[in-house]
Amino acid sequence: MIKRAFGALLAATTIITPLAATAQTEIRFWHAFTGRLGDLLAEQVATFNASQSDYTVAATHKGNYSETLNAGIAAFRAREQPHILQVFEVGTATMMAAKGAINPVYQVMTDSGLPFDPDAYLPAVTGYYTTAEGQMLSLPYNSSTQVLYVNRDALAGAGIDPDTDLSTWQNVDAVLGQLKEAGHSCPYTTSWQSWVHLESFSAYHNVPFATQANGFDGLDTELAFNGPVQVQHIAKMGEWARDGKFVYAGRRNEAGANFRSGSCALFTESSAGYAGVKAEAQFEFEIRHLPYWDGVEGAPQNTIIGGASLWVLGGHDAAEYKAVAAFMNFLSSPEIQAKWHQDTGYLPITMAAAERTRAQGFYEANPGTDVAIRQMTAKEPTENSKGLRLGSFDQIRAIIDEELEAVWAGDKTAQAALDTAVTRGNALLRRFEQANR
Amino acid sequence: MEKRVTFKGWLLPLCLIAPQVAISAVFFFYPAGQAIWQSLFIPDPFGLSSQFVGMGNFDFLLSDPYYRAAFRTTAIFSALVTLAAMVPALFLAVMADRLVKSAGAYRTLLIWPYAVAPAVAGVLWMFMFNTRVGVVAWYLGQLGYDWNHVLNGQEAMGLVVVASAWGRISYNFLFFFAALQAVPRSVIEAAAIDGARFWRRFFTIVLPLLSPTTFFLLVVNIVYAFFETFGVIHTITAGGPQQATTILVYKVYADGFVGQDLGSSAAQSVILLLVVGVLTVLQFKYIEKRVHY
Repeated sequence: MIKRAFGALLAATTIITPLAATAQTEIRFWHAFTGRLGDLLAEQVATFNASQSDYTVAATHKGNYSETLNAGIAAFRAREQPHILQVFEVGTATMMAAKGAINPVYQVMTDSGLPFDPDAYLPAVTGYYTTAEGQMLSLPYNSSTQVLYVNRDALAGAGIDPDTDLSTWQNVDAVLGQLKEAGHSCPYTTSWQSWVHLESFSAYHNVPFATQANGFDGLDTELAFNGPVQVQHIAKMGEWARDGKFVYAGRRNEAGANFRSGSCALFTESSAGYAGVKAEAQFEFEIRHLPYWDGVEGAPQNTIIGGASLWVLGGHDAAEYKAVAAFMNFLSSPEIQAKWHQDTGYLPITMAAAERTRAQGFYEANPGTDVAIRQMTAKEPTENSKGLRLGSFDQIRAIIDEELEAVWAGDKTAQAALDTAVTRGNALLRRFEQANR
Repeated sequence: MEKRVTFKGWLLPLCLIAPQVAISAVFFFYPAGQAIWQSLFIPDPFGLSSQFVGMGNFDFLLSDPYYRAAFRTTAIFSALVTLAAMVPALFLAVMADRLVKSAGAYRTLLIWPYAVAPAVAGVLWMFMFNTRVGVVAWYLGQLGYDWNHVLNGQEAMGLVVVASAWGRISYNFLFFFAALQAVPRSVIEAAAIDGARFWRRFFTIVLPLLSPTTFFLLVVNIVYAFFETFGVIHTITAGGPQQATTILVYKVYADGFVGQDLGSSAAQSVILLLVVGVLTVLQFKYIEKRVHY
């Protein structure tokens, strides 16, 4: 893979070099991808550079998501900012609030005069990065959603029918009990607990995570995830943790190793984890919809995305923005999107890319890869399920992680932990509001 | 009679201290001044606007129970790291000092861990104690102990303390070892002739004679525990669980670089500056009095 990407880059460079004398517009693109994803990104950039002769994109890796955002901010303060910055979804409110620092994508596209049809994009994906008026602020780049991974061999080993219905948490509860009784040491585990069990959970059950339409309608938003629906879910998980049915492995995707090694039977994780599971799992596995609580009104709604989007930073000239627009058009094209979707497991951002993937027979050849997209697009997103737009969200997630850990450890009740998380998070939201007044 | 050398004019002495003053100004006074200035504002991350809040950032911090808890965590953490880094180092140095054969080989081996960067040490310890795949965690499990530093705050604290102190033992060992070599043999031999056994000689003669070194290492190790253990904490626990291992410096990082809350972060730096200032004064005022040079 590296060799191929390098070859593509080399080819691109050879094509570009003779043209360098003519005024080529170069734009800088800072991102957070390494490894396989980094190679695929480099390949995209090389393909773009080779596809035309007016613009060059120079992609640079700047560390993990937090580090990339910091690098972008520091560069902006030093007036050395790149044109395109990859920012993870929790940084959305930070970028949005920095009105003088960004150039919204819809603006960039309109100014460039290039064709741009906002309706071509999947609303479930772009909604996270779109204003209430429907203006796209950043271009979704890598988006995924939460799904349930099932180790079919583990179920069969415990005398459970692997095809058993796991669409509701009630059913999952029963299966966890059976697995435990059969002596299974890790019936269930999860990655990204706040993202799966509170953020997306709230959207999926159509209850607010925060007031003001989850922050979309204003900076005066307050957290609201200590409602009865969330509390009973977290309380149930606390019970599972106490009974050894839910094994907590860590705040990020540490649990992935436990599932891939076969030691855990059920696992909630990003749909983008598919490639990793497929590569490593020595057992028969399956991807299912994220379970929901039967009886909650409006459930299942739709889950929300995670991942990152591309923000265009301000302070550059029109010719450079035109280059940015051309690159974004290229990224949105069905061929590039479909390839990205199939290579990485991330969601496609346009309808055309999803249809193209279906037409190519990818979903039949790789069962389960369409669960995420079906789950995202099953219903029109509501106020509660469009996404989240909260300042200091990275820190709020850390607070949620801490309080949830208190529940798993049996130190706090679900209600007390979520109440505390809301109070602590609100203090940060008020500071963010003050900083961006 | 003390011999004093004085300069005739002002120019030469000024030129001689100028580089030192310039370095302090650029690398200490200027950034410290900036931090104090910034701590009075709530800026937005991009530096587009900022609002004067006076003592608002300090009010916000000191009313946060988690920030107050970080003081306690820092005190416990620093005390444990200093202890865990100095006591074994002294013991090893005393033992190595008694060796006649192959002392050089032991010394070299004992110094090795110092070459490992804190972040790398953190990763090594994290893998050994990983709740699922860690070797040590597995053996503990065999013994019937369920190791889980991901959820258990005390275990997490223990792990970061050991990981932080480990590399530091080598550094302290070097200093103790050199100091032991400098203890006059004649004094020890005289005590031995008087019938004092090894440990008695150690506590009544060697340890007091080591006090300047011990004091120096105490100061250096506390500073290390305060500021340089970041890499270990970041790689092993990231301050968790429930902020059980969030020391003051880690919180400055978390609020400033993860949370983009530069006002709070600056205010925390100022508080940290005061804490370290007070600690240094206390150390020199009270502990140094008991040191015999």
